[in-house]
Amino acid sequence: MKKLTALLGTALVGMSLLSGCASEVPEEADEEEEVSAAQTLTVSDPDYYTRFKGQNLSINVYNWGEYISTGADEGTLDVNGEFEKLTGIKVNYTNYATNEELYAKLKGGGAAYDVIIPSDYMISKMIKENLIQPLDFDNIPNFSYIMDNFRNMAYDPENAYTVPYTWGTVGIIYDTTMIDLDEEDIDWDLLWNEDYADQILMFDNPRDAFAIAELMEGFSLNTEDPKELEQAAFRLRQQKRIVQGYVMDEVFDKMGAGDALIAPYYAGDALTILEDNEDLNFVVPKSGTNLFIDAMCIPSSSRQKEAAEMYINFMCEPDIAYANIDYICYSTPHQAAYDMLDEEVRESPVSYPDSDFIADKTTVFVNLSDEANLKMQSLWTEMKSAEDENTNKWIAPVFLVACVFIMVFVLIRRHIKNKKDIF
Amino acid sequence: MKLKYFSAPYLVWMVVFILVPLLMIAYFAFTNDEGGLTIKYISDVGQYANIFVRSIWLALIATVICLVVAYPVAFILSRMDKHRQGTMLMIVMLPMWMNFLLRTYAWMTLLGNNGIINHLFGLIGLGPFKLINTSGAVVLGMVYNYLPFMILPLYSVMEKIDGSLFEAASDLGCSSGKTLWRVVVPLSMPGITSGVTMVFVPAISTFIISRMLGGGSNLLIGDLIEMQFLGNAYNPHLGAAISLVLMVIILVIMTVMNQFDPDDQVLM
Repeated sequence: MKKLTALLGTALVGMSLLSGCASEVPEEADEEEEVSAAQTLTVSDPDYYTRFKGQNLSINVYNWGEYISTGADEGTLDVNGEFEKLTGIKVNYTNYATNEELYAKLKGGGAAYDVIIPSDYMISKMIKENLIQPLDFDNIPNFSYIMDNFRNMAYDPENAYTVPYTWGTVGIIYDTTMIDLDEEDIDWDLLWNEDYADQILMFDNPRDAFAIAELMEGFSLNTEDPKELEQAAFRLRQQKRIVQGYVMDEVFDKMGAGDALIAPYYAGDALTILEDNEDLNFVVPKSGTNLFIDAMCIPSSSRQKEAAEMYINFMCEPDIAYANIDYICYSTPHQAAYDMLDEEVRESPVSYPDSDFIADKTTVFVNLSDEANLKMQSLWTEMKSAEDENTNKWIAPVFLVACVFIMVFVLIRRHIKNKKDIF
Repeated sequence: MKLKYFSAPYLVWMVVFILVPLLMIAYFAFTNDEGGLTIKYISDVGQYANIFVRSIWLALIATVICLVVAYPVAFILSRMDKHRQGTMLMIVMLPMWMNFLLRTYAWMTLLGNNGIINHLFGLIGLGPFKLINTSGAVVLGMVYNYLPFMILPLYSVMEKIDGSLFEAASDLGCSSGKTLWRVVVPLSMPGITSGVTMVFVPAISTFIISRMLGGGSNLLIGDLIEMQFLGNAYNPHLGAAISLVLMVIILVIMTVMNQFDPDDQVLM
């Protein structure tokens, strides 16, 4: 769920934000390793990749912004370039910022994409609506690298449509200089703590925001029960009073600049923010959280299915998977890439919480029914548009009176003018 | 009559990119997913009455502030000598050279709790005040971004007013206040109407200003429409219905506005 980190603002605050992860290995060792990787990129089966050489094929890859190793930083691998070199297939690479944007594009049928990387709940929605097609796993032998606990996820129980690309958890970023709490004590109720009124940021999308309220209420994150949704919305309404703003990418600036003290966010992006600001810390609450997975899929409208499968397979090559995960800082479901990571990263409770926690305390989103989605959306709009009590009462009457006044004025004017015209 | 043919490119453009999309919006607003005719979505718009009222209200305030600020500026500008007018106009236009998003983004850092303005207040022992994420900040963003759209039409109309008219007015015993009211205002009416249109219409449908400066809790119609197309809801029918209602509201307001025009010129 990499957000558009390349957004204008982020770029302004400092390009350094984008340069690497919080827990990176010492510079020299890292570069040496990666340079050698770039020079002697080994793939499991070179013959497999050269099948389409000389046929002048091209595929359209549609991915989150900043979600692939581009080789822009020195020593990193240009994944798409390597793929083109190896296979002779041209990659048209474009970005989107939200799952919904991707969905709207596919649903509208305006463009034909061959590889997309949506998130869990969006995948189940797309499967239901036949927007993506089953993969031929004979063409993706590298699927064998994917860890067992990331196969057959709830959004794709048969694992027929998807190859997981990254995963991560949602946690809380907070300012350690102002919030003097042990990591152990940090839980979701921090976001409702009146002591930090006006210093709290919140997700600006209903699914993530409701998830936090549902975690606090002890509901399932995929609940469709209208009563439970209403109760979660009630919690969010209580919180609204002390929330400074509802934001997504702006978290980068606001937390970085110290404009806010507490914000929930995605683990990978949080590490990027942390790198730039030593006062900040990121904690995944022990009581549980949402686990999100972004996975590679092929839209039904794809005209180059085999080439697309080749691209997916290429992304699962250990060297490539490692280069990507090293660049984007999210967690990888790829066993070989995981093994190549620095021990410090592998042991990090933020990037790789222990498997018991993942099994017992995290939930992956699945798509909700249309009714539940609608209910959540209207509760969300209602919550966000509810005003402070004192303004609500007089805006409407004043506006109406003003309208009437203007109308009367206009009519009188017309009347006078028409009389004048007679002479 | 040959001149008619020169307008053909624009006519084609208008039909393909303005008329057809308008019809599509109307089509989407009155149909459901299966393509059947329905007024469900139009009636659903009623739920969002308070968002409409707030959008109109904030846009109205912004328009009035723009008018009050821009009117004297435009007048003074139009009475300067030609050489200085050019320079001053450029200064008015200067902010528009910069990207709209960037300008709004700058206000975000200016108004923040640890922003420059609060920092300055802090130096003299005041604050910090809650500046950002308020409806005031949204209005400020609107005024800042759309002010040139008010100044320019006002200026171009006032520039054409002959200076000797003021002399004649005072010759005939008009006080300066009366000159303003009886001479300048009526003559600049076309500028006022087009300026108001050019500020009010974008202000009422903005969504990025309210998102960046309103902190997501000052929802405007623009946000609501955006949510229907790019948000979780994905309901293009409701989105189209809201857009349609918004267009009708703007149409009504502009019709009222045009009544003020002395020559009944239609400026839409």
